[in-house]
Amino acid sequence: MIELTATELLALQASGKASAVEIADAFLAATQAREPKLRSFTSLDADAIRGQAAAVDAKRAAGKPLGKLAGVPVAIKDVLCTKGVATTCSSKMLKNFVPPYDAHVVERLRAEDAILFGKTNMDEFAMGSSTENSAFQTTRNPWDTDRIPGGSSGGSAACVAGCQAPLSLGTDTGGSIRQPAALCGIVGIKPTYGRVSRYGLIAFASSLDQVGPFAHDVTDSALLLEAISGHDGRDSTCVDQPVPEYRKTLNDPMKGLRIGVPREFFDKGLDSEVEGSVRAALKEYEKQGATLVDVSLPHSKYALAAYYIIAPAEASSNLARFDGMHYGHRTAQKTDLIGTYAKSRGEGFGKEVQRRIMIGTYVLSSGYADKYYHKALKVRRLVKKDYDDALATCDVVMGPTTPTAAFKAGEKSDDPLAMYLSDVYTVSCNLAGIPGLSIPCGFTKAGLPIGLQLLGKPFDEEKLLRIARMYEAATDWHTRRPKV
Amino acid sequence: MSLTLDQVRKVATLARLELPEDDLVRMQSQLSAILDYVAQLDELNTDGVEPLAHPLPIQNVFRPDVPTPSLLPNEALQNAPKREKGSDYFSVPAVFDSDEPVSH
Repeated sequence: MIELTATELLALQASGKASAVEIADAFLAATQAREPKLRSFTSLDADAIRGQAAAVDAKRAAGKPLGKLAGVPVAIKDVLCTKGVATTCSSKMLKNFVPPYDAHVVERLRAEDAILFGKTNMDEFAMGSSTENSAFQTTRNPWDTDRIPGGSSGGSAACVAGCQAPLSLGTDTGGSIRQPAALCGIVGIKPTYGRVSRYGLIAFASSLDQVGPFAHDVTDSALLLEAISGHDGRDSTCVDQPVPEYRKTLNDPMKGLRIGVPREFFDKGLDSEVEGSVRAALKEYEKQGATLVDVSLPHSKYALAAYYIIAPAEASSNLARFDGMHYGHRTAQKTDLIGTYAKSRGEGFGKEVQRRIMIGTYVLSSGYADKYYHKALKVRRLVKKDYDDALATCDVVMGPTTPTAAFKAGEKSDDPLAMYLSDVYTVSCNLAGIPGLSIPCGFTKAGLPIGLQLLGKPFDEEKLLRIARMYEAATDWHTRRPKV
Repeated sequence: MSLTLDQVRKVATLARLELPEDDLVRMQSQLSAILDYVAQLDELNTDGVEPLAHPLPIQNVFRPDVPTPSLLPNEALQNAPKREKGSDYFSVPAVFDSDEPVSH
């Protein structure tokens, strides 16, 4: 049962072949068995999960209307606030933080009768690309447990790929959904900036962060995206625009599809096996009648540099709130007020978070803000214009999600810059605010998953999902499950 | 662009981060490498380009000025690292020295 999709689990319940409690028990058993290897979760409350499942079964038995995720377990990245349940950001700083409210997306899941299935491990405060920056544990890739699952939403990706939960939520600031989805062989979506409310998402870089789904296939991703999208007045950047029923049009192939292939995404640094799989995927689209268009994103080579100024700048400002006064870690050492701030932050934050706060503070400091921060904002404009221009000539831009398949744990953890380079194809999407998704498109000879990235115009999720489904319907990568 | 150890120390002070000396030394080389990498933006002429701080073309977002429920004091205080027993206050270290005159 654990290898089924959410759509299949809904059908099982509708036909009376399985109850929500039976489903929850199956995933709890799988999680218990696999967790020593994968370490996807920061917390999981089996009794609370069974309680929610029993409530869904009772609702069904009483003939009451059920939400679109009724009885389906959904794991939640530990950066999203859950009322009464610890929300740690995988940081010592928030080790004991229990939010008094739910994030908007968590409210949406409850409203759709989903089973909130534990909190997932991540790079501390969502800063990282391997989940090795968690203060608690390193999550491993279900396809090869010597390797990392990607990050920062590594726990959310690993638990779906490893069949511990059929669905999960992650967040994506520079690739933190798409990169782990690619490295774990599942589907991950970063919605358009403003599509999903950020209320209750503990902020990393507010102009880049977005919540999105992980799932085994495109249909399940569409289902979860439908459930979490929509307007929320508590996030003023959340746009009031109707949410299409993505699943309705999913199986209508696009006629006359034009695919932009940016030459900059096939440059040096791209692993040849990854390139081979991505090119083969493009061929499959051509076979279905699509036209490949050569496009250029001339400023994409500057996107990573701009990102590693803008994201730390916003982070240094957002993380100023962790001062040990109202919540979070406070030092036990006796000192004055400023000393308490500085010691609490020195003790509570891990090394990567401290590094980003330092970079951010430096690039915003008097005398350097023009040279770094304002310069990066101008480059951001150019990166966005590249996409506007490219997407004016085609329906979608496609390329690899990551330059290589999953790397070994420890391989890049001492070299921050090498780690940053694994985001080279994903950060520009966040700078531009456009939607992006990653779908499985093959495996390396060593058996590691490879991801195909699709990027579209703002609020074009419906079209992106249809295009993704065209490829998925012709291939079976999404049906494979790792032996854990 | 390489940072001096003093500059790193200054930034740590601005960021309110108290770090052990060997962390500062490690940070010096790591931050310098990152700043060297991002310095590639200098080769790009951005004269006349309008900065983009935010991807959406939204300006001010207004809502009706209607009171809505907020956290109860006890909820707001439940995560306090320290609070006075039985009170609705956060307990924090002294801001002023006790013998320093406080003006009102």
